[in-house]
Amino acid sequence: METNQLLVTLLLVLPMTGFLLTALVGRRLFSRAWIIAVPIIVLTWLIGMYIVYQTLFAGSFGEEGLHFTLYEWVPAGDFTVAFNLGVDALTAVVLIVVTTVGMLVHIYSIGYMAHDAGRWRFFAYLNLFMFSMLLLVLADNFLLLFAAWELVGLSSYLLIGFWYNRRSAALAAKKAFIVNRVGDFGFALGIAAIWTTVGTLNFTEVFELLPEALHMGHMEAWHMNGIALLLFMGAMGKSAQFPLHVWLPDAMEGPTPVSALIHAATMVNAGVYFVARANPIFSEAPQAMVFVAAIGIFTAILAASIAFTQRDIKRVLAYSTLSQLGYMFAALGVGAFTAAIFHLVTHGFFKGLLFLGSGSVIHAVHEEQDMNKMGALWRRIPITHWTMLIGSIAIAGIPPLAGFFSKDEILGQSFKNGFVWVWAIGVVVAVMTGFYMFRLMGKTFYGKSNVDPHVEPNIHESPRSMTVPLILLAIPSALLGLAIGFPLEAGLIHGWLEPVFVHATETLGIHHEAFNIAGIDGALLIIGAAAGALGTFAGLWAFGIFGRDERRPLVERVTARFRPLYTASYNKWWFDDLNDLIFVRIGGAVARALWWFDVRVIDGTVNGVAALTQSTGRGIRQIQTGRVQNYALGIAAGLLVVAATYMFVISR
Amino acid sequence: MSHSLDAYLVLSGLLFAIGTFGFLARRNAIAMLMSIELMLNAVNLSAIAFGAFTPQLQAHASLIALFVMAVAAAEATVGLAIVIAIYRNRRTPLVDEYSSMRE
Repeated sequence: METNQLLVTLLLVLPMTGFLLTALVGRRLFSRAWIIAVPIIVLTWLIGMYIVYQTLFAGSFGEEGLHFTLYEWVPAGDFTVAFNLGVDALTAVVLIVVTTVGMLVHIYSIGYMAHDAGRWRFFAYLNLFMFSMLLLVLADNFLLLFAAWELVGLSSYLLIGFWYNRRSAALAAKKAFIVNRVGDFGFALGIAAIWTTVGTLNFTEVFELLPEALHMGHMEAWHMNGIALLLFMGAMGKSAQFPLHVWLPDAMEGPTPVSALIHAATMVNAGVYFVARANPIFSEAPQAMVFVAAIGIFTAILAASIAFTQRDIKRVLAYSTLSQLGYMFAALGVGAFTAAIFHLVTHGFFKGLLFLGSGSVIHAVHEEQDMNKMGALWRRIPITHWTMLIGSIAIAGIPPLAGFFSKDEILGQSFKNGFVWVWAIGVVVAVMTGFYMFRLMGKTFYGKSNVDPHVEPNIHESPRSMTVPLILLAIPSALLGLAIGFPLEAGLIHGWLEPVFVHATETLGIHHEAFNIAGIDGALLIIGAAAGALGTFAGLWAFGIFGRDERRPLVERVTARFRPLYTASYNKWWFDDLNDLIFVRIGGAVARALWWFDVRVIDGTVNGVAALTQSTGRGIRQIQTGRVQNYALGIAAGLLVVAATYMFVISR
Repeated sequence: MSHSLDAYLVLSGLLFAIGTFGFLARRNAIAMLMSIELMLNAVNLSAIAFGAFTPQLQAHASLIALFVMAVAAAEATVGLAIVIAIYRNRRTPLVDEYSSMRE
């Protein structure tokens, strides 16, 4: 095995080893439970960066990327699946986010989980999560990807339900798992459909054979669309798109580093990554693409509207994640694959930063998550404040921070690819993003302090193991856009990813003109940036430093004016209640009716037949007394009858 | 009436009826065996009577009677042996008590 293959394999072996070791001996390590898990992830990160360098900068693997087989995984007659891994530009770009944010979350957890008795379990699960996500990114066939997909689901279940003593956490974990199952069901069907169509599950082969089958007329267009939609169902589950979005906000029940890991580095990116990976399938299924775009942009605006009114700091961030993921799917749907992955990368960094920052805030005010009980914290926890401010500006899309570049590219491409409606909604969402982020910043860091007076004197900045990751995440949040996205639409990331997607964009008939700041691009750019700035300004004005507390009556007046909207948003548009109604109440009633039918009618029939046989037998059995004399009486009676018959009937 | 066939047949019928009644009514296994003997002998008697009054049947009737006697002897032997075997086990000659094969 050559060196690079060995290193890629190590990317999987290391976190797995960390997981096993920590799980086995972690309990004995007490407060040093991280001593195996964290260094091993740092090592993984180093190797990951080397692989990224080899792929993106040195170009050692060419455009095709590195593909190799470890062993035959499922040799079952016609159906053979190998355990094969692949690294290409797309994998490498996602690897950057997964390993970097993952590593920083690990380091941050040393401080955050220092006082939790279950920390060894926590670090073991974190390692398992990293393993799952790395396998998901490196897998080179659908079945292996599906296995990793399920492993990610398992690790998220374990981590969301980490504090399993808390009922809400246990329920949230179950919810995440079950909602994901709904998506996975479609995903599995999609994979099965691919297998029956082309008879292989290898990415390279499928992506060649499937479009070929379509062009040769071996399959209908609806078949292709069906496969794409089924696969997208899986992505909807993992990446929490409407209507499978309900699990993600509840996943906030896990410890904050877990939220950061799930939201920024791993799980939710899986869906976006997968759709981008399957671009040869999606680009042949234009109707499915429109569906993807519609679901994406709808989730974006829906989640943003809910983020307006949530009081829990982590929930605001959770809905903002939903909203940003919606952007990514909208981008995928309009054919802007590069922009989607670009946003995935920048979002990974600033959302990781925001979550870890919110963890630091929660830590500072003694595990309080309600923003109404915060305020004026910016002098007390300055590092957290400044880093979170960078993250907020980045997500709001204000130039020149990272979020601006990726978000603007999504909006611009939607417009230019002919999806003006996606663009229009996207601009509205951009305004909303700025507003809710600075509502969060204002309520948390500025204005008047609403902190509990008992807690107030004890507010303190978090330990260094927590602030250092914040600072390290703030740097890419600020500069990554400039670094890889500039010049606009011709930056490094475009150089890396466009070869991967070039075929798909050609199939979709998108012709790229060079970015022209003086033409339509400039106008779109200004509108996008203005939208973000407008939202930011409004948020700051209403909740933040400009107005201080005199603005509070105004906010209340606006709230009162739009009371129904406020209620709808605060109750998350009643999606949980709707699910409760449909699946728990109506579904439960139907289930109970069927249960009744099963017990009474089906079991009743079966048991009735048995009871009838039994009672008949019991009745007849009475004749068999076992007494010789009863039988003899029968014989004698029979004899009499025979004799009588002979005498009176026959002989007459 | 002393030399008519009917008298023998009536006697034979009475003996058979007594035997049947005894077999059905008695609970003692030995008494039941005795009742069986009675019935067999009733049959023997009627066979011999038929033989005595019907010249063509004479030889056949005696033959049948001999057969019946041999079978009756064998039956009595086997029956008594079984009754003794059960008696050793159950310490009772009453057939009502032999109920372990019932459910």
